[in-house]
Amino acid sequence: MIAIGLEGSANKLGVGIISHPSPGKAAIILSNIRHTFVSPPGEGFLPKDTAKHHRSWVIKLVKQAMAQAKVTIKDVDCICYTKGPGMGAPLQSVAVAARMLSLLWQKELVGVNHCVGHIEMGREITGAQNPVVLYVSGGNTQVIAYAEQRYRIFGEALDIAVGNCLDRFARTLEISNDPAPGYNIEQLAKKGKVLLDLPYAVKGMDCSFSGILASIDILAAELKANPEQRDPITGEIVTTADLCFSLQETVYAMLVEITERAMAHVGSRQVLIVGGVGCNERLQEMMGLMAKDRGGSVFATDERFCIDNGIMIAHAGLLAYKTGFRTPLEESTCTQRFRTDEVFVKWRD
Amino acid sequence: MEIEPARPIPAPALAPPDLSQVGPPSSPLPLPKIFANDPAPPTLVTQGAEALLYRTTYLLPSIACALKYRPSKPYRHPILDARLTKHRILSEARVLVKCRKEGVPVPAVFALDEKEGWLMIEWIEGEVVRIRLNEWLQRRKEEGEELRARHEAVLKGLMARIGSAIGRMHGVGIVHGDLTTSNLMLRGGSEDLLADDKILEGEVVLIDFGLASQSTADEDRAVDLYVLERAFGSTHPRAEGLFSELLVSYGKSFKGATVVLKKLEDVRMRGRKRSMLG
Ligand SMILES: Nc1ncnc2c1ncn2[C@@H]1O[C@H](COP(=O)(O)OP(=O)(O)O)[C@@H](O)[C@H]1O
Ligand SMILES: [Mg+2]
Repeated sequence: MIAIGLEGSANKLGVGIISHPSPGKAAIILSNIRHTFVSPPGEGFLPKDTAKHHRSWVIKLVKQAMAQAKVTIKDVDCICYTKGPGMGAPLQSVAVAARMLSLLWQKELVGVNHCVGHIEMGREITGAQNPVVLYVSGGNTQVIAYAEQRYRIFGEALDIAVGNCLDRFARTLEISNDPAPGYNIEQLAKKGKVLLDLPYAVKGMDCSFSGILASIDILAAELKANPEQRDPITGEIVTTADLCFSLQETVYAMLVEITERAMAHVGSRQVLIVGGVGCNERLQEMMGLMAKDRGGSVFATDERFCIDNGIMIAHAGLLAYKTGFRTPLEESTCTQRFRTDEVFVKWRD
Repeated sequence: MEIEPARPIPAPALAPPDLSQVGPPSSPLPLPKIFANDPAPPTLVTQGAEALLYRTTYLLPSIACALKYRPSKPYRHPILDARLTKHRILSEARVLVKCRKEGVPVPAVFALDEKEGWLMIEWIEGEVVRIRLNEWLQRRKEEGEELRARHEAVLKGLMARIGSAIGRMHGVGIVHGDLTTSNLMLRGGSEDLLADDKILEGEVVLIDFGLASQSTADEDRAVDLYVLERAFGSTHPRAEGLFSELLVSYGKSFKGATVVLKKLEDVRMRGRKRSMLG
């Protein structure tokens, strides 16, 4: 069976086409393309501009995805789209495109939970069977494990998402949003050495980032006012790179800690990292060191899959479609809030 | 602007699938230095969320004790690591002493070295609630429906005991910071206790105070309950429905408890709003 997936819950518009051959065989990615709305340095992406971007690109992307996949309309079994969570206007613009395709092509719709899309694609690509999942992106920070037909949330960020914290700090520094603010922070952090004292906010399997963001913003303002500042412990000159380094070391230590707590609690030795922040090599490295001490291993994917994409929506949608799940046209809405644990996961034991 | 290219072949995972899931940890598990040459070395019992838990004895061979060792975490920056380890050992010890003094059911503290990262506490003979409860729920599942009412009473009893233990802790000005069914123990583990109905019996003992702090704020107390409520929902979905029993007995356990329960509703609301962010 073949599905097309449309994703546009944030500033990436993605279209992917997947084929599920006979049961037990690996899925085949026929095409997976994406176009990103990049805002100028110092600015975030606004819902209305992002929606406009998606509207103006979606047809081009669908056409190109179909051409690359070398499939015709006849080959496609269903049209999958992101139902939520995400930003309202961008979600709606993509849902409208999905409905249009559904009517035009006479194919049924499948509304997909974005987070479940990430998890299922991560499992498919890495082969991780029953991992604890750390889902980290611009809008989400969740520690998840599967039990009894649901992906259950064991821990989450209590205020802003980790990716949002990084993105907002990139704005404070006015560094480029191209290809992604978090990526540019990561590159700067590689040159940092001095660890500055930041709040460390973990509560059981939950954590929070707004206090850290406030503190690092203050440090950045101080540094701007007085570039000759020295670290009180080492006596070294403090740089912007040190700020990025300290921010990463602190927030990633928190994420690894809450993941480890969930692993101990559910008795798992596998970790799967998904979501845009999951591309970060330092986070992957730290997670690997933790997992090693527990006799386990970490699974991660590269930017094609951890950054929002259409193929994960096609994949998760097709899994649901094969169990008989459909989204009737009248119900093909989207929702900004759509918790991971609301989805009934019929396709797993 | 270019459309990013599609690649028709599935990407290789960064880590190959690990099928040897159950093997032992790759590095030998460490012991604090002063125990390394012990003629009767502590035996590793379990690897918790952060700590290694050894069983050994304190002063006399007859006094069993738990050695909770927090080895340094290689993934953390050494400065951050040292800071967290020291802080957590000290606050855990402080809070345990305070709880003990006030009659809250927790293990007694015997010794510690916060620089080396270890704490010696009373050994609790028993098991964590998570294990007992899962075992119990499993047996119910196998058994079918009939015995429901009688069984539900047993589970309600456990929930009530947990609620009042937490209430006592909050009543003496401590919040736990990491309430889950992995951090609550049931004392008593002899064979006959494990015989069916008795499996949920035993005194509830609170453990793992590394993230605890002294606070009497309703908000902090409510967050403690919220964390446990969610842990129940995700870990024991079948027992989630009886969480209200826990709250009822919590409500009767100390003077400010009803205010905390009101606050808990606010905290839950915030949680629901949060899911809107996507
Ligand atoms: N005093 C004790 N007596 C017996 N077993 C204990 C005791 N304290 C902890 N344990 C066991 O060790 C595990 C880990 O201890 P815990 O204090 O929760 O550390 P962590 O922070 O690593 O979770 C617990 O889940 C429990 O099974
Ligand atoms: Mg514990």
